[in-house]
Amino acid sequence: MSPTLHYDAVVLGAGVAGLTAAARLAEGGARVCVLAKGVGSTHLAPGTIGVLGYDPERVEKPADALPGFIAAHPDHPYALFGADAVAPALEWFADRVEAGPQPGYRYTGGLERNHFLPTAVGALRPSALVPETMAAGDTNAPVCVVGLPVLRDFYASLCAGNLRRGGIEARAVEIEVEVGRVEANALGLARRFDDPAFRAAFAGRLALLLRPGERVAMPAILGLRDPHGAWSDIQRRLGGPVFEVPTLPPSVPGIRVYNALVAALRAAGARLIVGAEALGVEREGERVTAVRAHTSGHDTLFSARWVVLATGGFASGAITLGSDWQPHETIVGLALRGMPAPGEPRFAGDYFGPQPMSNVGVAVDSGLLAEGTENVFVAGAALPGAVPWREGSGEGIALASGHCVAQSVREREGAAAAA
Amino acid sequence: MIEDLLHEPLRNSLDHCVKCTICETVCPVSNVTPLFPGPKYAGPQAERYREQGEPVDEWSVDYCSGCGLCTMHCPQGVKIAELNAHARYAVKQRGGVPLRDRLIARPTVLGRLGTPVAPLANAALRARATRVLTERLLGIHRDAPLPAFAGRTFQGWARKHEGPATGTKIVYFHNCGTEYYEPDVGEKVVAVLEHNGYRVEVPKQDCCGLPLQSNGLFEDARKYVLRLARALAPHARDGTLIVGNATSCTVMLKREAREILGLEDDPDLALVSRQTYDVCELLLELHDRGELKTDFQPVEEVVAYHAPCQQQGHWIGKPALDLLALIPGLVVHELDARCCGIAGTYGLKREKYQIAMDVGADLFNQVAASGAGLVACDSETCRWMIEHGTHRRSVHPVELLHQAYRL
Repeated sequence: MSPTLHYDAVVLGAGVAGLTAAARLAEGGARVCVLAKGVGSTHLAPGTIGVLGYDPERVEKPADALPGFIAAHPDHPYALFGADAVAPALEWFADRVEAGPQPGYRYTGGLERNHFLPTAVGALRPSALVPETMAAGDTNAPVCVVGLPVLRDFYASLCAGNLRRGGIEARAVEIEVEVGRVEANALGLARRFDDPAFRAAFAGRLALLLRPGERVAMPAILGLRDPHGAWSDIQRRLGGPVFEVPTLPPSVPGIRVYNALVAALRAAGARLIVGAEALGVEREGERVTAVRAHTSGHDTLFSARWVVLATGGFASGAITLGSDWQPHETIVGLALRGMPAPGEPRFAGDYFGPQPMSNVGVAVDSGLLAEGTENVFVAGAALPGAVPWREGSGEGIALASGHCVAQSVREREGAAAAA
Repeated sequence: MIEDLLHEPLRNSLDHCVKCTICETVCPVSNVTPLFPGPKYAGPQAERYREQGEPVDEWSVDYCSGCGLCTMHCPQGVKIAELNAHARYAVKQRGGVPLRDRLIARPTVLGRLGTPVAPLANAALRARATRVLTERLLGIHRDAPLPAFAGRTFQGWARKHEGPATGTKIVYFHNCGTEYYEPDVGEKVVAVLEHNGYRVEVPKQDCCGLPLQSNGLFEDARKYVLRLARALAPHARDGTLIVGNATSCTVMLKREAREILGLEDDPDLALVSRQTYDVCELLLELHDRGELKTDFQPVEEVVAYHAPCQQQGHWIGKPALDLLALIPGLVVHELDARCCGIAGTYGLKREKYQIAMDVGADLFNQVAASGAGLVACDSETCRWMIEHGTHRRSVHPVELLHQAYRL
């Protein structure tokens, strides 16, 4: 016999989509529990919020481009909930980050125009909403890219060289720091930058290398607990604009996103259980009554009136391709949509190209209710029809679908109460 | 043979590692010391070299405290902490296990020796001279938090205790900490269970073997945990639940003994594993069914709650928070620091004490900032470390329930 716990809503997955849906539901008064096999994609993502970066050409103004994009892609998640659903989700996110555990840390921007921020390899990547600590990356002024040899995942000269090829005056400098081992990752360094004495010493040495009028590009390691404090302190000490460039994982700005969303979740009274992998569900007809999760020793049943699937797509193992070449959603066994027709190519030769199989996702209605169920909603990368890495749309889809799911549940709760 | 021990589930999980580094972000130890290179480096990454017999920095894995947070947060299901436990076992097989580790890994031996002479033993443990000597001779750090012997045992109390004759039968797995150092916590657990209609049985029992396992003494750990499984299994066979208040010992029974010690096939352990509950897990489920008594009287106190790593290893969230929320007047601050640093016996060791204190610093600072006068925490060694690091009293959540019930 498995113990059972009862909630209004059980959310599966602790990425941006799951945490957003859960926090929104809890803010509306629902008793919510989030189950996650592990930590989600936040720790791997750059922390910027991309809504629409390419269509397929570079998008300057997402607000202007979205209606046309939706018209041309009727099966895209944006087409399900509409362009108007995106802006409120972005606003909510920016509010929660600002009210979050990192004092002063905030996002800037919106759908009016994309920011084009340098990546670690010096390419310019479009994002709608960006951390304030990255915003100064979006100009053509001369830039000095700062590398720390101990951080082997960030090559300042590679970044500067590619920026120069893109027409931006850029050069690289390196600052040695002592961390007690031959290499450090971004997170370890970010913790060092939380220390005012460490960053004062760092800024003092960097200041000697800078030329007048240069912006400073740093790998995104400027503080974890107090990134605003670290960034503004360094900027003040150097006397000019400083911006962070996202690094390879672990992504410090991504961890800040996770910390802010988990704080919002807790503030709203929801529960988060990391480590409890959802194995399957109990159902009565088209209604899922409980999620069975692997907890130590024995399974636990999490009974709920509403279930939100925010487990991701192929990359996270939420959708798998069977030996019969048929894709399967692994927890609920939901109907999928977007499969290439029999005889059509499933994969393209170009690795980063539009892979036909990547369109696969859970079949949902316009309220993101999964086909064949009465109470399972879907948010994030489990939705069909998007190619987020080509569109630059992943975070926008996650936030907006998380919102849309919470809205749908609220409407149904309201209808049930009225009846 | 070491190869035989690294059985299939662990070995197979290795290939799921995509080097995403999420484990590195949650590791309390590698974030404060360069001596431990981190779970990904020491675990899946180094394992590929170990398997091929290639050279690795083998002793670094001994600086893993075994907290298990890496495994818990891994999105790919890699058994990182378990792989590290095996690597530690292997390196200690080759390099030898110090007398100190053999000693502090046997709480029942220490308990039996210290209990009859508790006043003397406690005085010795408090005296600076003895501690300095113990540090020099054995390598137990002079400042490390060591509990005081109660001078009596919980079993002694339980034998004389007359509980209700009726009620749902439940077996209480008290751990060594309750037996020799905190029998009063065990008495409160029994009182809270009885108040909620249980008939509590306390079979004779011994250590679960967790300290031996975490010190790389797998053969001895197996003997202990199987002996415990044999003692508890007859009760579990008729569906009786086993409940414990020490979250590290219950997670040993639930999962770690099977996974790390390769005992997946032992039927007694499998049964005990399924039937074992953490006491807060059990009480919350009772509440969810509407069967928990809620005649709580106010407790006017501000308490900070820390969920210890091994409690998190139950993968059940933080049931204590939901239970404490039922107590009128009680203000609870949930802390989000990762680890207190002690990790059972890890922080007692001369070469690791400072690392443990550095790990715990975040928690100690959060306690101070919370303004709480009291820290609730489910694991006894963590409570002793918290008291050492914060100079505040630390209690098991059930002690607060007991107080609110006015039992």
